[in-house]
Parts: sequence; structure tokens; C-alpha cells
Amino acid sequence: MDKTPQTEPRQSWTFSNSINSEIRRAAASGIYDIRGGGAKRRVPHFDDLLFLGASMSRYPLEGYREKCDTSVTLGTRFAKKPIELKIPITIAGMSFGALSGHAKEALGRGATMAGTSTTTGDGGMTEEERGHSEKLVYQYLPSRYGMNPDDLRRADAIEIVVGQGAKPGGGGMLLGQKITERVAGMRDLPVGIDQRSACRHPDWTGPDDLEIKILEIREITNWEKPIYIKVGGARPYYDVALACKAGADVVVLDGMQGGTAATQDVFIEHVGQPTLACIRPAVQALQDLGLHREVQLVVSGGIRTGADVAKALALGADAVAIGTAALVALGDNDPKWEAEYNKLGTTAGAYDDWHEGRDPAGITTQDPELMKRLDPEAAGRKLRNYLNVMTLECQTIARACGHNHVHNLEPEDLCALTMEAAAMAQVPLAGTNWYPGKSGF
Amino acid sequence: MTTTLDKTVLDMTEMELREVNTTLQAAAKAKANEAFVITNPRGSHAMAVGLDGPINVTIKGSTGYYCAGMNKEATVTVEGSAGPGVAENMMSGTVTIEGDASQYAGATGHGGLLNIKGNASSRCGISMKGIDIVVHGNIGHMSAFMAQKGNLVVLGNAGDALGDSLYEARLFVRGTVKSLGADCIEKEMRPEHIEILKELLEKAGADARPEEFKRYGSARKLYNFNIDHADEY
Repeated sequence: MDKTPQTEPRQSWTFSNSINSEIRRAAASGIYDIRGGGAKRRVPHFDDLLFLGASMSRYPLEGYREKCDTSVTLGTRFAKKPIELKIPITIAGMSFGALSGHAKEALGRGATMAGTSTTTGDGGMTEEERGHSEKLVYQYLPSRYGMNPDDLRRADAIEIVVGQGAKPGGGGMLLGQKITERVAGMRDLPVGIDQRSACRHPDWTGPDDLEIKILEIREITNWEKPIYIKVGGARPYYDVALACKAGADVVVLDGMQGGTAATQDVFIEHVGQPTLACIRPAVQALQDLGLHREVQLVVSGGIRTGADVAKALALGADAVAIGTAALVALGDNDPKWEAEYNKLGTTAGAYDDWHEGRDPAGITTQDPELMKRLDPEAAGRKLRNYLNVMTLECQTIARACGHNHVHNLEPEDLCALTMEAAAMAQVPLAGTNWYPGKSGF
Repeated sequence: MTTTLDKTVLDMTEMELREVNTTLQAAAKAKANEAFVITNPRGSHAMAVGLDGPINVTIKGSTGYYCAGMNKEATVTVEGSAGPGVAENMMSGTVTIEGDASQYAGATGHGGLLNIKGNASSRCGISMKGIDIVVHGNIGHMSAFMAQKGNLVVLGNAGDALGDSLYEARLFVRGTVKSLGADCIEKEMRPEHIEILKELLEKAGADARPEEFKRYGSARKLYNFNIDHADEY
């Protein structure tokens, strides 16, 4: 007798192998998953946009002969000494503690060679970083770890961190295994204990207070330093408007793909908006206040290529910031360490347990032996190369669209491949002159 | 700006805040131990901030937010009350408030002495990192939240949730404590604590004996994440 045919085993989309593995991990450990990096889920992004290029109605510039300027000045609103950058790509804030001293040095070296700025993070300013960064932005965070007036004065700009894209509304946690004597000393805490970074600033509670806080910082620094306000991608229209009201020279807007050193996976994946969805409302807020280009907008969260840079600028940003991409350029998640990633139960490209301090690439660690694996000079050169390539790519696109400055890129240069991207970027769906939300249809 | 009896008077009906702070900051930097009196402060914010050197500043009246913020070495006296964040992130020196202090007094301070002759509002000493704070009156709720280092001395009473999520700061309270925050417990007052307290009371000119105080500190149960303590977080 023939055997009755059976349907093949069917996996649940809802209860996928990945979801089930997380349920088993939670059941075994009793604690949520903590990891580094930004959102890994697929969200509408710059990949869903295309440039139209020049045609009968647009006149392109010659690729290698005609100038396409990339310079940007940040902090022109109130600061006596705005920051002048050669390229519109900056290095985002990442802490010493989360990163090794060598990694911070490499970021400073690479950024300086490329003519741009780098940024401190939670944990204060290190000599390696200040010494190797021609232009250094000093973060002013809720924890105030390492905060002091001397470093405030020797910074080139000050970034008040209200939130970040990976965890808008959340604080941070540097786990005890990364708290060496040096890290602990800078943070005024004992060695080896978990160090919490508060989610709110200790001495102000809203934009009215923040305005006075900014007054204090400007008075301490002789009104010289540009004051940035960094917000996560939560309510970009109102956040940017209120940041302007509080007196920001520059607003840094970080979407959900922006990385963190360590946060709950549920937070990273389920709180905040994609970078693409944040830019137009932010620009609208600046335009409504008559402050577009007077208060500069720096966008971060998932910037990887010169095309991403060009698209962010076309949507109205003045510059972008990179974090995760900069770490990859230094050597993070390099397949050459695959055997060691496997020992940690992961694989190159997926390694995100940055908080555990066992990074084979020697970047997100305080282990002296692992740290030695990163040569700050060589890594700095790689970062410079990467920044240069992104800049050239951005210029290539801008010239093709007929612009002699990358800031002349505009939404009219773009179309979208998906309805979602069209709605978020407010540019027409490819092949149409319409996007969702546009009136008249 | 006028000079009388070795004191330079800065009248804020005649000078803008920027000019006042520029004058004080330059004098502090010169390290000449000059003395200044500020009149008519009218609750101005960010007064006498970022002073970096030995200088004596007396403010005749009440101040707004962040008076004496990030102070180093300077001696600042407010002959009135102080608004939120007085002596925030102070590094060294002495700041004295003759009246009351509003929220976040001494927030994130790294060093020096903040001497409040009246009461202090909520979150006094929040995230303090080495500063000494003496409050002659009472303090409000959530004081010494996440306090890392230094000493908070309260001659009166403390409000709710004192020392919540405390690290290594020492808290001394003479009166009652309405409630203790997560991970904050009463601790034994050992001879070394009596000595520390005695010295601080003397420096602050406080009329109290160390033996009258109780000491509070961290139970250190939240120092490394433990799921069994999840209800505490």
C-alpha cells in the first residue's frame, strides 16, 4: 500500500527559528538580551531612493574637471568660532570605555587626515583623542562622567546629548568587565562594577531649562564653541524645533539604525524611527522657523556610502555622522577574525556583543592583549581612505546632478523605489510625480 | 565697576552678565586673590560660572540657575537664595549660600565645599562625584540620586528616596529620613566617619556634633546586574 503523502514540515513565520531561539535564551537566562550596534531589522532606508541625474532639463558637471565643493561650516548661529570641515562627514560620539584608547586615537587620526571632526562619548575626553583630533566635539551627557571645565574649554564644539537613535528615551550601561582602573578613574567609580548612564540630565528637565544650561556653557567657554544638541529619531519635527528654541547652533539627528555600545535588543529594535523617516520633518521644522542652513542639521544612523551621504544632503541635511561604519573601516567584524568570532558563538558581520569586551578586532575592548591588535596609525589611514572614498562618491553624484557644491543637492534630484520610502522622503515614487501624502490626487 | 576697600563692585543694573563673568573669569585666571562684590543680581542665571583660580566673590542678593557652575578654586558667597543647579559640576573651592538652594544643588560636583545655610530642594547632590555638601536645614526628595563619591551632610531632615541607586558617596543625616531609595541603607558610624564629619562640620561652621548623625551608604546590591534583584531596578 502506498504511503500517504505528507506536506513538508512548515516553519511558522510568527514563531521563526530566530524568535524561538530568543525565547529559549530568555527562559534559560532570565535576562533580556543586551548588545551593541543599531537596529538590524530591515527598514526603509537610503537604498530605497535613487538619483535622477542630469538630462535635457539639467546640465551635469564634468566628473574630474569641474569643481564640486564639499566644505561645511557648523555653528554659524551664535558661536564665535564655528567649525570648518573639509567634508560633510563627521565621526559620531563613541565613548572611551566602550572603545579602546587605540580605537579612539585611530578615529582622531583618520578624521583629522580627512579634514573632519571626531566626537568624544560617555566617559570623558582622553589625551589620545584630543591629541590626535584637530577638531574634537566634546559630548555633554546625562552621566557627566569625566566632565570638567578644562576639557570643555579645549573642545572645538560641545554636543549636548538628549538622546540617540538606538535608544531614544534610554540611558546606557557599561558592564563591569570593561571597567578597568583607567576607565573607572575617569568616571569616579569603583573598578569592575556596572556603570549606568542616566537617561535624563541631572540638572535640567526641558527645553526652557536647557536654554539656561546652554547660556551657562556659553558663559564658561566665552561664547566661542558651537553648541550641538543631539536627539534620537523620536519626534523629529518637535525635537528639532525645541532644540532651536533652546539655542542650538547645530542639531544632530540620529535615526534608529544608529549604534550604541550596549542596550537591550528590544529597545534597539522597537523604539525610534528609521533615519529616512526623520530627515524631512526635521528640515521642515528648520524651514518653518526660518533657520534652515542657519542651524545646521547633522544626520546619522546607517550612513555607509557616498550615496547615503548625498541622499541625506539632498533631503536637507548639512552634514552626516558615522559611527558603526567608522568602526568597520577600522577593522570591526573583519572576516580575518572568523575563527575567533566562531569561538564567541557568532560570525564576522554579526558580532555585536561589544559590551562583553572580548572583541577579536581589539576595538570594543579594554583587554590589553586584544587592544594591541589595533594599530592606531594603520587603522587611522583606513578611516581616512574610507572617508575620502565616500566624499568622492558623493561628489560624483552631485556633479551628475549638475551641482558645484554637495549642499546644492535637493529633493528634486531624487525618486523613490517604494511607497514607504516615497512617503518618508517625500519624493516621487519612481515613474510617477506622486508620493503618499501629496495633495491633489 | 567701582572699587572700594579692596573690593571691586560689579553692579548688574549697569553691567550685562557677559561683562560680569568676563571680569570675574579674567581675575580668577590672574590668580591675584582679588575680591568682588556683585550688587543687584536680580536672580540672573549663570552668574560667576567657570571661575578658574583663587578669587573671592560675594553676591548681594538671590541668583538664578547654575550660579558658580564648574567652579575651581574660587570662593563664592550668595547673600540670598540660589536657583537650580547651584555649583553644578564644581571642581574645587567653596560656594556658600546664606539662604535656601533650589533643585540639583551641587549636581555632579567633583570637589570643593558647597555650604548651604538654609534648606535644599529635591535632588541635592544628584550624581555627585567627590564634592562635599553641607546643608544646615532640610533636603528634598531624591537627594544623592546615583551619587558616586563625596559627602552629603544634612543637619535637618531628608525627603523621600534618599540615596537612590547610590554608589560610594557617604550620606550623613542628623534628623529624620522620610524614606531610603533603592540600594541605600543605614550603615555603622565608625571612627573614621566621625572624623570626616567633624572636619566638614567645622569647615561649614555648623553647630552640631558628629555623634548626632546617622550614616547612610550603598548596599552595593545593584553594582552588577542580577536578575534576582530585578524588583529593585
